[in-house]
Amino acid sequence: MNEIPLWASESFWKKMAIWVTAGSFLILVVLTMDSLSKTSAGSQRVPAYNVINKKIDYQYNKASHKFMPIIGDNELLFGKEYSEEEARQLVDLGKKTTQAKNCMNCHTLLGNGAYYAPDLTKAWLDKGWISKEMREDMMVKFLMNPEKNARTFGSNRKMPNLKITEQEAKGIIAFLKWMSSIDTNGFPYNFKTINAEE
Amino acid sequence: MNTSGLNKVMENTSALCEKSLVYRNNFKTWVQLDSSNLSDGQQLAVKYFTVAVILFFAQILFGLLAATQFIYPSFLYEILDFSVNRMIHINAMIIWMLYGFIGCVYWFLEDESGTEIVGLKLGNIAFWVLTSAVTVVVLVYLLVQIGPGKDSSLWFINEGREYIEAPRWADIGIVVVMLIFFYNVVATFSKGKWSGIAGVLTLDLVALAGLYVAGMFYMTNITHEQYWWWWVIHLWVEATWEVLVGVIMAWSLMKLLGVRRKIIQTWLYIEVALMFGSGILGLGHHYFWIGTPEYWLTIGGFFSALEPIPLVAMVVHAVYDSGAHAFKNSNHPALAWIIAQAFGNFFGAGVWGFMHTLPQINMFTHGTQWSASHGHLAFFGAYATINIAFFYLAIQHWRGDVWMGGGSQNAWRWKWALGLLNGGVLGMTIALLIAGYEQSFIERAVEGSTWGGYFTAQNHPSFQSAMNWRLFFGGITFAGFILLVWDLLTIGKGETRKAPEIIES
Repeated sequence: MNEIPLWASESFWKKMAIWVTAGSFLILVVLTMDSLSKTSAGSQRVPAYNVINKKIDYQYNKASHKFMPIIGDNELLFGKEYSEEEARQLVDLGKKTTQAKNCMNCHTLLGNGAYYAPDLTKAWLDKGWISKEMREDMMVKFLMNPEKNARTFGSNRKMPNLKITEQEAKGIIAFLKWMSSIDTNGFPYNFKTINAEE
Repeated sequence: MNTSGLNKVMENTSALCEKSLVYRNNFKTWVQLDSSNLSDGQQLAVKYFTVAVILFFAQILFGLLAATQFIYPSFLYEILDFSVNRMIHINAMIIWMLYGFIGCVYWFLEDESGTEIVGLKLGNIAFWVLTSAVTVVVLVYLLVQIGPGKDSSLWFINEGREYIEAPRWADIGIVVVMLIFFYNVVATFSKGKWSGIAGVLTLDLVALAGLYVAGMFYMTNITHEQYWWWWVIHLWVEATWEVLVGVIMAWSLMKLLGVRRKIIQTWLYIEVALMFGSGILGLGHHYFWIGTPEYWLTIGGFFSALEPIPLVAMVVHAVYDSGAHAFKNSNHPALAWIIAQAFGNFFGAGVWGFMHTLPQINMFTHGTQWSASHGHLAFFGAYATINIAFFYLAIQHWRGDVWMGGGSQNAWRWKWALGLLNGGVLGMTIALLIAGYEQSFIERAVEGSTWGGYFTAQNHPSFQSAMNWRLFFGGITFAGFILLVWDLLTIGKGETRKAPEIIES
């Protein structure tokens, strides 16, 4: 009875380790190719950058039992209609600025980051901007001078002045507007947008 | 030019250098460590361990600053903002653990391969290059902090991506250093002898270095960017690092307990199969809400639910082996930390991860202090513990394989350090878990994650008291760290008894 059965032998598990790793990795590569193609800018899940020219909302979809972004008619950002390339450049400036200013180490984006400041996934649609008419102006002012225009909600936590220029602020807003149009499988749940009536 | 002023500065500098040299010599006399007990590879390893401990200190220090800001938001406002402290807190952690792992591998490389390290000089150069780079990166984090929204900021200041904030120039440096490390490992095993441990280590290092490259690109599309970002973070922390720890653990158990190589290596292969089998596709739990297709809800949920299995296996492995050898071992503190690793890994990575990994739950816990709770216990339980265990193995050998078993002098120090560190981290974990629960209910479920909802949850008394408790237990952790360093520097000093020889059985 001293013989080691196959399933307990070193060589069996060595082969298992190699096959399982290789197999899992192969599946991951295939899924990655599929996921990347389904989420390129301009796909159904991740809209093209010129979506910033449109009205965006986020509503519960009864058929799929989840909240989904709704892309509506024209609703220009800063009163301008952007071509796809202009929109891409503006969103790119905004995205780069959020990285250069290290936003992610206080905020979460798509729910990822730090937890010292609110999630930015649907920040464009947040009721905190009071009304759609005031939103753009409030956002620019807040980003450029957050100490004076602090929105602390009674927490005493203030965003520091990150020396954001006006153009960078506009880029960030474009980036946030575009990000709010991404289909995030219903996250966050039950989010009531600035468009919703009380 | 005023030369007298310059002369004065030079005089002061040389006086300062002399003074620090005196302190250094005094320290060396006090610490009484004899480097002739170490092989060349081990001397390189202890350099890595030293920097690891310094960065461990930085991790705790900046964690305490960030934790204080949750309670007093004006503390260091616009001097060292939360974002800076938090970035250094998590970066110092990643880097000290990597330093620890590299040190562990250099420590056992000669023993395992049966020959001298091939590129020792190169390894030493890489150490100094990496350490200088880390110093520059941290100084830039502290002094420059942020830049304009341009590529140059991402190249030279900070990439602004959680965990891998290091600017691009440093990324390239890290890859070069990892390649040198990889070369040393492969070349040394090739010159000496290969083993199961060597094979697993080599393949794991290929994956580890290769994956880092996936995180070195800027993308406008945030869904794509976070997709690749998780390739690095998840596949490092929940796959390749776990296997690396498996390798280090395997070698340590052979040395500490005298477990038979055949048993160790069979276990290692089982762990690799289970770890990669669950962990690679378990990556899907990060793809629930970033814009990626719905099939990830199923794949990610299923495979990440399997992720605790290898961790259970590791607990069984460690406890069974210890029991089978009647806990007879050559280094009590190291074994205690290894047992802490087995349980910490299982609870922190396994149980705490599983608790919020299924999409139906994660919808409400994602982006709350739940993740911080899991992060604290998992990183400490899985990775800090094994490094600390190895520090004890290293210091024992450095002192000339002295006795570190029962009846050691001042054994209370390592026991208290063990208790304070584990108790401190566990306390922070529970406090953050309470905060996370509260956020999930109030911010996410009731308020629907609006900014107003976020702050309603942050202002809630149960959240605020959780933050106080977290800071308190952070202090306990810090006390444990101080005691640990004191113990590491003094344990075995003046000990004349030799460690018992552990024979493979």
